[in-house]
Amino acid sequence: MAKVVVITSGKGGVGKTTTAASFATGIASLGHKTVVIDFDVGLRNLDLVMGCERRVVYDLVNVIKKEAKLHQALIKDKRVDGLYVLPASQTRDKDALDLEGVGEVIEELKKKFEFIICDSPAGIERGAQLAMYFADEALVVTNPEVSSVRDSDRVLGLLDAKTYRAENNLEPIKCHLLLTRYNVKQVKKGEMLSVDDVLELLGIPFLGVIPESKYVLSASNAGTPVVLDDANEAGQGYLDVVSRFLGEDRPHRFLEEKKGFFKRLFGAN
Amino acid sequence: MMALFDIFRRTRMKSAAIAKDRLQIIVARERSTTRQAPWYLPQLQQELLQVIAKYEHIDVETVTVNLDTTDGAEVLELNIVLPEDSAPIRAPVIEMTSYPA
Repeated sequence: MAKVVVITSGKGGVGKTTTAASFATGIASLGHKTVVIDFDVGLRNLDLVMGCERRVVYDLVNVIKKEAKLHQALIKDKRVDGLYVLPASQTRDKDALDLEGVGEVIEELKKKFEFIICDSPAGIERGAQLAMYFADEALVVTNPEVSSVRDSDRVLGLLDAKTYRAENNLEPIKCHLLLTRYNVKQVKKGEMLSVDDVLELLGIPFLGVIPESKYVLSASNAGTPVVLDDANEAGQGYLDVVSRFLGEDRPHRFLEEKKGFFKRLFGAN
Repeated sequence: MMALFDIFRRTRMKSAAIAKDRLQIIVARERSTTRQAPWYLPQLQQELLQVIAKYEHIDVETVTVNLDTTDGAEVLELNIVLPEDSAPIRAPVIEMTSYPA
């Protein structure tokens, strides 16, 4: 049975698209057929982060308006087997997506894929609600920062009320907290909300942290999902998150400060 | 010596702790206003008003009915302010305990 997962946050700039790209790539690299859909109509960016921007011919809106077949709009990833991207369109027409059309596309994708990852636009308006409407599970991407936590809480309210599962009294969407841009040093100094703080505030299961890392930027510069570089902490963080999501019991990392040379030498805490 | 430094350190609250305190308050408030109220709440408010109006002159604006959730139990709070000639009273809290679905 195919699973629909929405990557959402409310607030913009917290790492939704970075997460959608790495999460989808990670799942596919472990052998599951996966498609990642960009729902940000008018401001598509997933194609850039995935490095396939020059191969976009048709998009989600073309498929919904029956101007193209689904298979014509799907872009096959050249690095990972079984990974496809369905880009958003650059149209200015905000109402280009409708619930029925999105539902039909997702139904069709369910026949071909194990995982359907929906990259939500920022905000809590129509686009964001469409991205989450058919979800079975949700990754709530949050930064340890006041505005992001508050917005995540609003989004959790929507996931509980304005979705197919909620409206049809089905089992609620399974929500997972993904804390991105986590800086252990600042947390230890009391300058940044900790994992425990955010968990206490939002009250949803914890999937993992992605440490703040310069490699996230260099990966998006290159159009390579950061998860493909497992030599850096952000990539390792995403790989952990994917494995945990797929049911593997992996201990949480990056929650303690890395000890420097002298601290290791003298065993100081 | 360390204790001396600690005194200086504790004079200011850590910013993460401030953030958490502020969030706890705002998140709780927003949850209570954005959460879907039960369908019967407006009707209940209307009927309660009718009963109270039999005995007291009240202003419709001064009656509020709220539903809060604390630790999984729902608390239905009814708040009525009586006109100035009689002392304002806070009606007793009617507790309706239900279990989360």
